[in-house]
Amino acid sequence: MLLGPALAVSAILFSIGVGGVLLRRNAIVIFMSVELMLNAVNLTFVALSQQLGPQGQVIVFFVMAVAAAEAAVGLAIMLAIFRHRETVDIEAFSVLRG
Amino acid sequence: MSIDLATAGGVTLALAPELVLTAWCLIVMLAIAWRHEGEADQRLAAWLSLLGLASTALAVAWLWVGEARPAGLAGAMALDPFRYLSALVFLGGAALTVLLSLGYLGRERIRAPEYYLLILLATLGMLFMGGGADLVVIFLGLELMSVPVYVLAGVNRRSVVGAEAALKYFLLGAFASGFLLYGIALVYGATGTTNLALIGAQASGFGLATNPMALIGLALLLVGFGFKVAAVPFHMWTPDVYDGAPTPITGFMAAAVKAAGFAALVRMLLQAFGGAPAWHEAVWWLAAVTMVAGNLMALAQRALKRLLAYSSIAHAGYLLVAVTSGNEEGAAAFLFYALAYTLMTVGAFAVLAAAGRDGERDVLVEDLNGLASRRPWIAAGMTVFLLSLLGFPGTAGFIGKWYILSSAVEAHQYLLAVVLVLASVISAGFYLPPIMAMYMQPEPSPEAHRGTVLAGAPRLVVALVAAALLVLGVWPNLALDAARDGGAGLRTAVTYTLAR
Repeated sequence: MLLGPALAVSAILFSIGVGGVLLRRNAIVIFMSVELMLNAVNLTFVALSQQLGPQGQVIVFFVMAVAAAEAAVGLAIMLAIFRHRETVDIEAFSVLRG
Repeated sequence: MSIDLATAGGVTLALAPELVLTAWCLIVMLAIAWRHEGEADQRLAAWLSLLGLASTALAVAWLWVGEARPAGLAGAMALDPFRYLSALVFLGGAALTVLLSLGYLGRERIRAPEYYLLILLATLGMLFMGGGADLVVIFLGLELMSVPVYVLAGVNRRSVVGAEAALKYFLLGAFASGFLLYGIALVYGATGTTNLALIGAQASGFGLATNPMALIGLALLLVGFGFKVAAVPFHMWTPDVYDGAPTPITGFMAAAVKAAGFAALVRMLLQAFGGAPAWHEAVWWLAAVTMVAGNLMALAQRALKRLLAYSSIAHAGYLLVAVTSGNEEGAAAFLFYALAYTLMTVGAFAVLAAAGRDGERDVLVEDLNGLASRRPWIAAGMTVFLLSLLGFPGTAGFIGKWYILSSAVEAHQYLLAVVLVLASVISAGFYLPPIMAMYMQPEPSPEAHRGTVLAGAPRLVVALVAAALLVLGVWPNLALDAARDGGAGLRTAVTYTLAR
């Protein structure tokens, strides 16, 4: 696999993730976009480690573990807020706005 | 003592504070697994946590007094006074938070024995952030700190605002981690390493300063850290999250969490990118905008908790001035100010927790009217904290600000120094009204402040912190020497690498 195209694809994926976080209003979709950002970074690390040695691949495992921990905590927080509000649409969360 | 990081024994010694704290995390976890029924069990967890923090501080002091230095190649953890001093600041902030929570959890009827465990875990993450000499270690420390704090923000499960604060903090925090991680990936791509010292060696020797991949990576790292330390324009989450979280946790976030983010930022910029001056201008603008905008927005607040939230944004700006200096005086000024800022923030939130009875969301400035006549000691303590935040002479805040100013002048950042002074003048507009309300307004009714009581551990916290701020304000020599030692440690690490 060529390094240039792999980096370009991961940059595009990362941008899609950022766009998703900024544009979508559903907390779960926002969280999915964040996961997309992290996986784009993983792709960058794997592509780079073809040339730079195995360290990049090791970092990918760290990132996966961190993403799993974040998912566990994040979904629990969303569950907690759903019990109060019956929705995870961030437009509806206005108690603390501004 | 010289520690060989190539051997398992050496690594164990170098990681002694982190290992001790990890062991105490496991002990507390076991304790709450067995005993999690009533108020007494919760107190047991708190005292165990305090013991853990104290023994970790002993381990840090042991490394410091033994003057531990790495033999051979520096590893993924630094062994320098900067790490030890920042670790002591984080441990102190965490211990004060635990003491403060002792009364608070009972009063708000929050039943969560894991509360103290989460504080310990977050503190462990901070130790890795302050000591990590490798971008991956710093990232893992940041996550280990952030994830428990997301939970702590929403620990009061009956509170809607708490849940919203936790969700906002979580989404923005995860977003920021994505930027940080992409920055690490690009810097790794440009240099082939994530070790700060090795990046630093390339930055000056191999033209890293003009490598677009490294520069984009550096910019992404700055965005990620900007979110974490709440610098304008990445501060949008701060007021809402600080407002919704339980008050002791707000103090913890505003003080220790922010200091940890800055410690990692300072080490990264000075050790890895000291030879790449591209970040100076970016951080200059971040500092100037953060100071001015934070103070101006704080002027418009009437609720004390939001006022302190915006004031913490402004203080992030002052700390960024120390970062902008980019010299060891800047690092030393950062360390001293982090210490003073942790003390005064925790103190102010301690008084706020006492003044706000059940559901303390809306303690307004007017609600302090006449507090001095009913509760003179609480009012005196709050006055010390607010004056110190303002940077009034005779308090630790003044010495800290003066030291930041001198580091900025040393680095020829005259304009930034002027902005800092003007921003401090603006800040008088919101730090003084609460003091005037306490001392110059009549008590609205004899019952108004009956519920404002400080008893037991929180009283100890307020008394200790106020005394420490006054002592540091008139006799800062010991702390200043330690901070200079810490700042100089960062420089030795760089020259050491270049000399190899």
